[in-house]
Amino acid sequence: MRRAVIATTSTVAGVVLLLSLKPHHSAGPALAGSGAGSATLPSQGAGTPAPTSSSTASAPTAGSGSKKSSADSGSFVGSTVQTDYGPVQVEITMSDGKLTGVTALQTPSGAARSQEIAAYAVPRLTQEALGAQSAQIDAVSGASYTSAGYIQSLQSALDKARA
Amino acid sequence: MPERDAATEAGSGGLRHVEHAMGTVFSFDVRDTPTPAVTDALRDAVAWLHRVDEVFSTYHPGSQISRLGSGEIRLGDCDPEVAEVMGLCEWAGRVSGGWFSHTPGGSLDPSGIVKGWAIERASDILYRAGARNTCVNGGGDLQLRGEAAPGIPWRIGVAHPLHPGDLTTVVTGRDLAVATSGTAERGAHILDPRTGAPASGALLSVTLVGRHLTDVDAYATAAFAMGDAARSWTASLDGTEAFAVTRDARAWWTAGFPDHGLVPAAAGPGPRQPAV
Repeated sequence: MRRAVIATTSTVAGVVLLLSLKPHHSAGPALAGSGAGSATLPSQGAGTPAPTSSSTASAPTAGSGSKKSSADSGSFVGSTVQTDYGPVQVEITMSDGKLTGVTALQTPSGAARSQEIAAYAVPRLTQEALGAQSAQIDAVSGASYTSAGYIQSLQSALDKARA
Repeated sequence: MPERDAATEAGSGGLRHVEHAMGTVFSFDVRDTPTPAVTDALRDAVAWLHRVDEVFSTYHPGSQISRLGSGEIRLGDCDPEVAEVMGLCEWAGRVSGGWFSHTPGGSLDPSGIVKGWAIERASDILYRAGARNTCVNGGGDLQLRGEAAPGIPWRIGVAHPLHPGDLTTVVTGRDLAVATSGTAERGAHILDPRTGAPASGALLSVTLVGRHLTDVDAYATAAFAMGDAARSWTASLDGTEAFAVTRDARAWWTAGFPDHGLVPAAAGPGPRQPAV
């Protein structure tokens, strides 16, 4: 019996895990356009060849004034979000409506709690999802969301980015 | 027909549409050239969803399903789709050893099968009009046809049950159905049909991958209610694979799942890329 015990040890894994913006914990990470270039994640992950940039991020909430011109391409810095594990701030890079990069600007400083969370299955997968050839996600499957839940969903972000 | 937030966008060779219905949101993503027939079919598919909502809503006392449940009308008085759905419910109850139930809380509620079935049917409506490469996502359950682009399979992220906005795996393929059951979005809404109480909660989420969303969505609901037992049950399902996240935040998956989706590398010799 194969058990998926995820023994990811690198701190990067924790960082990647925590990249998710957490709209539930804030008034909504209002993403504003910025001129910053994209960056790649450090790649000392558990043994894969250098995963380059890109990940998933929550919906840029409606009301971020920078739609069209820059919503399709460019870099966006999220506001700092307080999570259960500490402050998180990320920058995402979009190219032609596709998420091509995510950089953690601020993450919790190696708290024991975040290390514990990093032992999940997820970081490794997220990191792989970041691989260059897999940068694009077309849609998202998940527990059924309500109309209200949709607004904060990644699917909503994808629908908006490509509309 | 409700017109809330409905929005259609045609662009760069495709067609996208977002529609609120059945208490959730349906995202249509048509990658084919939007011919008039396809555009019409999209409108028909949207109308279909609203009709299903009207007939099957357990929230409206006047719906056929509510009146059938209360004994006010009989099956023969209902639209033929109601009998079709009741038949599907019986089938799902049978193949899941009773874990799927259309009377989960004691009263008639076929919701566990209606959404997946309605999405697959909406996908069929598009297909018959010539749309060969489509993604219909109803609240996180998807029917995919064809591929995302010539030579490029669809890539579907599976939401992490604990970390909104993050993914737990990515499923890749053509002509797939992907359904996830879990409590992340609406809390403990899946009932254990044996007790009528919320399912045990051994799983945070379970994702099923197969060909037809009607089956796959019902499997996902049953698997979530089963909890730990879902592991051997999903392994026994032909043409269907599963990936689950347990309450203690570990993952398990069926033997064939890595052919479709990414799995944690700690379980194998190295990173597994999905077969395309």
